[in-house]
Amino acid sequence: MITVRLVQSARRNQTAGWALLGAGALLALMLPWLVYPPIAVDILAWALFAMSIDILFGYAGMLSFGHAAFWGVSAYATGLAAIELGVPFPLAILVGAVSAALVAVPIGLVAVRTHGIYFTMVTLAFAQLIYYIANRWSSLTGGENGLQGIPRDFVGLEWSDPFVYYHAALLIVAIGFWVAWRSVNSPTGQVLVALRANPARVRALGFSVERYRVFAFVLSAFLAGIAGGVYAIGHRMVTLQDLYWTTSGEGIAMAVLGGTATLFGSIVGAALLVLLEDFLATSGIEATGSVTGAVFVLILLFFRGGIWGAVSAALARLRGTSQDDVLERPPPTGPAVPPSNAAEEATTQGSDVK
Amino acid sequence: MTTFLQASLNGLVSGGFYALLAIGLAVIYGMLRVANFAHGAVYMLGAFGAVILYDMFGTPFWAALVVVPVVIAAGGVVVERTLIRRLVPLDPVYNFLLTFGLALIIQDLVRLNYGVVGQPYAKPAALEGRINFGPLEYPTYQFVVLIASIALTCGVWLALNKTKVGMVVRAATERPSLTEAFGVNVNVWMIPVFAFGVALAALAGVMAAPMRSVNSAMGADIVIILFAVIIIGGMGSVLGAVLAAYLVGFLQELAQMYVPAAAGATTFILMAVVLAVRPSGLLGRQEAAR
Repeated sequence: MITVRLVQSARRNQTAGWALLGAGALLALMLPWLVYPPIAVDILAWALFAMSIDILFGYAGMLSFGHAAFWGVSAYATGLAAIELGVPFPLAILVGAVSAALVAVPIGLVAVRTHGIYFTMVTLAFAQLIYYIANRWSSLTGGENGLQGIPRDFVGLEWSDPFVYYHAALLIVAIGFWVAWRSVNSPTGQVLVALRANPARVRALGFSVERYRVFAFVLSAFLAGIAGGVYAIGHRMVTLQDLYWTTSGEGIAMAVLGGTATLFGSIVGAALLVLLEDFLATSGIEATGSVTGAVFVLILLFFRGGIWGAVSAALARLRGTSQDDVLERPPPTGPAVPPSNAAEEATTQGSDVK
Repeated sequence: MTTFLQASLNGLVSGGFYALLAIGLAVIYGMLRVANFAHGAVYMLGAFGAVILYDMFGTPFWAALVVVPVVIAAGGVVVERTLIRRLVPLDPVYNFLLTFGLALIIQDLVRLNYGVVGQPYAKPAALEGRINFGPLEYPTYQFVVLIASIALTCGVWLALNKTKVGMVVRAATERPSLTEAFGVNVNVWMIPVFAFGVALAALAGVMAAPMRSVNSAMGADIVIILFAVIIIGGMGSVLGAVLAAYLVGFLQELAQMYVPAAAGATTFILMAVVLAVRPSGLLGRQEAAR
């Protein structure tokens, strides 16, 4: 009886899932008619960027505050490949993403030696190092001016129409989404989740903890790189701002706003923040920093599950089941948390938040 | 030789600022497990506090040295009790992000009110001019700041290691639950410790106002350098943080003098080397890094 009900519920969930995916795909295809097309491209790029952060933070429990490095390195590499070598833009984006992944290897090898909040600080510091290097290496990066006039050529055509470019970008970003989804829902993804929960046991089971952490880091950097490349081609320029830590913060804000460990929440978070910032910019309010900051404060204090988490919790309550309540998942706890009175307080504090 | 002396003195001045800031960051992290991203913003607020007090009431520098840290520390305690406290039981990354959000808001509000240009702030008249050290002349104010920060750092270190209060703070930093078992209310102790860390950062800001450009972004990059300092010094070690602060300041100014292109990068290269060789930092305990 219970099995039957579970199977039915799973089937219903699956149908709902496909329906949601279909609706999402349709919305994605229609997006440039609903919002200003360059903004639609921004949403795509930021969504993949936020998702790359969520893979690491939500699943493997590693909060990187250095993803601006991968977004920015890829943006510069994409731009340089397109300007200097005349590479068609899809290939230029690939060049960018591979460059980001290559930069991530040494950073990852050193950073995974730390855990928890230290990992976050170390990635932040490395991203700042890359920022200083780019700032100084102005013969390559254009220094304060950045790269300008990145061409958007492909098979001899000029893809200047933002509608056309949007759909090309959608295809590229969708591949990125699929890679992210595939890797989270794979045996490797399972190991990553296990790493967050209990690294000692994972190690005891014979997995190389460091190797998995580095792999997750590089994969995430590759996806962030695709996002940065799409953004660079979309704006036809790259600036130092793309490497600055505020860019990492923005990506994390989107991932947290959408809901961590939900993957697709990142898309919702990115869309909301990009639209909000565009609205503020067009109405002449220059308080972008305050808005991003306020999003952090409000979400962290009141909806740590983010939008996706809040909605799925509400749906589950409506159906009277709570089998996959995202809020119930343990928070990504780094094994680094030194012994403190945190553990026993967590339960009491947690319940008064809900 | 003169340039080397000059660079060394500059390094000690920068290192002194880093040390004052890093001590606050280290004790706050130690006691509350809050890696305070807003620490740089507090430093910036300290400098602006001095400027604002002077513009509105003509408050002299010496009074600002006392008033600004006290006021900002009081504000810090309110934020700690109302916001930060609620996330302390959770994973430290949550408070890291919360303080990041607060830093963004503080910086943005200051930028909207004062723009991005540096605010002028005069040195106190008594500390104008330069001191002659034989081969080189050095600005009096900078030299006094150097001495003051070393004295303050030593004072804090003595207070932490030689007094009863310091003993409680160190115990609560290393083993909070065990300290509670001895009848110390760690939760209550968090208030003065947080206030103290914030006050030190604000004090550093006031001291920086006459010699650095006072603008809304002045604390934005410093906080990242401070995180690197904490990692180099060793997690959970106040002495390590102080040593690393002076080391970082010294290397930075030396690079500024001889290889200016690398000045910004030295700190992070040093951090990478330390992490590769000794992940727990110079004076950190092995398990603290894990």
